[in-house]
Formats: sequence, structure tokens, C-alpha cells
Amino acid sequence: MNQPTARYTGPAIAAHWLIAILILAAFPLGLYMHGLPLSPNKLKLYSYHKWIGMTVLLLFVPRILWRLTHRPPAPLPMPAWQHKIAEGTHHLLYLLMFLVPLSGWLMSSAKGFQVVYFGVLPIPDLIGKDKELGELLEEMHEVLSWSLMTLVGLHLAGALKHHIIDKDSTLRRMLPFGK
Amino acid sequence: MKINHIALSAAALLLAGAAHAVEFKQVDAAKSSLAFSSKQMGVPVPGSFKKFTTQITFDPAKPTTASTVLEIDLASIDAGSKDANDEVVGKQWFNVKAFPTAKFVSTGVKALGGNRFEAIGKMTIKGQTRDVTAPFTFKQDGANGVFDGGFVLKRMDYNIGEGPWADVSAVANEIEIKFHVVAAPAAAAKK
Repeated sequence: MNQPTARYTGPAIAAHWLIAILILAAFPLGLYMHGLPLSPNKLKLYSYHKWIGMTVLLLFVPRILWRLTHRPPAPLPMPAWQHKIAEGTHHLLYLLMFLVPLSGWLMSSAKGFQVVYFGVLPIPDLIGKDKELGELLEEMHEVLSWSLMTLVGLHLAGALKHHIIDKDSTLRRMLPFGK
Repeated sequence: MKINHIALSAAALLLAGAAHAVEFKQVDAAKSSLAFSSKQMGVPVPGSFKKFTTQITFDPAKPTTASTVLEIDLASIDAGSKDANDEVVGKQWFNVKAFPTAKFVSTGVKALGGNRFEAIGKMTIKGQTRDVTAPFTFKQDGANGVFDGGFVLKRMDYNIGEGPWADVSAVANEIEIKFHVVAAPAAAAKK
């Protein structure tokens, strides 16, 4: 039904960059706020971090549905192993952009702090307060976040390699204003 | 006369009621609780005080003669997390070294109808004394009297959370306090 096109579709491009910006904001914020002594500022930064994460989780749903119903442009000519790595990275990126905010949400609940979206909309706690589970989820959130960042790095390196060394349209077809 | 008769029997009933009235005095600390809920960035965070003493004299037939004194050991706070517990005993919050306890002394109790009452009194925290009105319900559970009530305390009235913590957009000014007090009748105590 959907013919492969040279460029990604508009919604796919929009979701890609929006989620990219949110992830690249949430990660350094998470690293920074974690080490702060308890203060009103820390409470605020934690809330912002959680709101960003919940937004990623919220955007993930239409994004994955769109991806499943709209074929992306056919891969450009490249060695099979590169194509495999690129595809594997994409799959893992999808998985992690779901698991990282999910583990954060669960951790917040387990630690006894409900997530209240933008300070007004209470998000249900999927699990109750549980100190040990909270600590386990904190470790998981950390490991998953670093994994996500590593994959983002790999993803970015691949895009730049195609753009600068191969001089092909891999990156351009995902750029919002490209042709 | 007829009316006199009714009045007399009513008076007799009242007297009989008063004679049989029980005064609830012996607070069962293990069954009583003192909880609160603060709002941090819109997130309700429950907490409680593990140690407090309550003295109550309450006769449901004569609520206006009731009185209570509540004393809270502020260091026994559970504010929801270890970080918070370490923080709130400090100088900017309760400053428990200088002010180890909070105290509520009632000045009066009003009957609001049914099982509803209202305790009026003075709350002292961190050297600040303010008037407090706490509605509560009273019910009998077996021989015990059970008091359930609460009120909203404005933390800034008592300088709870000074310096950067005075920012009520991070931690709201309004703190919901809820108490549950179980007291046995005075007679039971004499056993």
C-alpha cells in the first residue's frame, strides 16, 4: 500500500527529532540532578526530568504505530553487515526509548513518589512503594539510560559517516528541511 | 401539669445520661496515628510522626468540657524518604535540636451536630504559636472512643522550611494533617 519513498514521511521525521531532543535533554539533566543535595531546585529538576520522560513514552506510542504502518525508505546501497548493524541499532533504539522512561516511571512509584505530569495530571502508580524494588529499578534505569546513550552515539556516528564519508542521502532523508 | 411532667422526665433522662456518660481518657498510642501529606511539585507525599503523646478528656454527652493536649516528637518524623527525613529535622525545617517537640493545646470543643465536633486550640511549632481549628468525628468502637480528624496547616506560619525552602512552588505551603486517636474510657484505666 505504501510505496517506499526517498525520504522519511513527515510524521516520522517530526517524531524522530522531537524524541531525539527530549532524550538529549533528559539524559544530562538526569546525570546532573542525581548528585545534587536535596533542595527545592532538585525537586524541580526531578519533576522536569520525569515530565520529559513521560512525554517520550507518550510520543513513543504513535511513533511506533506509524512506523509499523508506514514503510521507511529502502536502505541505500551499503555492505550487508553495515545494514544489519544499522537495523539492529534502530530496533534497540526503539526498545530503549520505551524501556528507559518506563523504568523511570516504575522507579518513581517504587520510591513512593507518584509522577504528576506537569504538576497537575497524576499518572497512576503501576507498582506500590517498595524500597528494594525501587533501588533495583534505579540501577536498571541507569544501565538502560547509558545503553541508550551508547546506541545514540553509534546511530549518530553511522549517520555522520554516511553523510561525510559516503556522501549519500542517509542523513538528508531524515532532516526536516531536506529535499 | 402535663408539660411539667415531660420536662421533668426529660431532665431525669438527661441526668441519667450524664451519670452513665463515659469519659475517654486513656489514649492507646499503638492504635493512634498522626499522618500528614505535603505536596512537592504537585506530587502528594505522605508522611507521619511515629512518636507523640495525647492527653484527652472527652465525654460525648458534654463535648464542651472536653480538652486535649497533643505533644509531637518531631524527630520521629517519616517524611517519605531517607533524604527527606535527614533534611526536615535540620535548621531550615523543624530545627529539632532547638525545638524538639510541637504542641497543640485545646482551648475549646464545639459540637457540630451528629458525631461531628471541632477542636479549637493553639498549636506551637518552632517557637511560633497559631490558632488552629480541627474538625473531627467521634465514634465508639466497643469500649473505646475513636477520634478521626484533620486540618490544613500552613507551614510558613511556623517557618517550617526557611531559606530556599520558603519557595512554596516546590513544596506547597499547605500541609494536610490527619489524626486518628483511640482512647479507652477512664473507668477501664482504674483496673
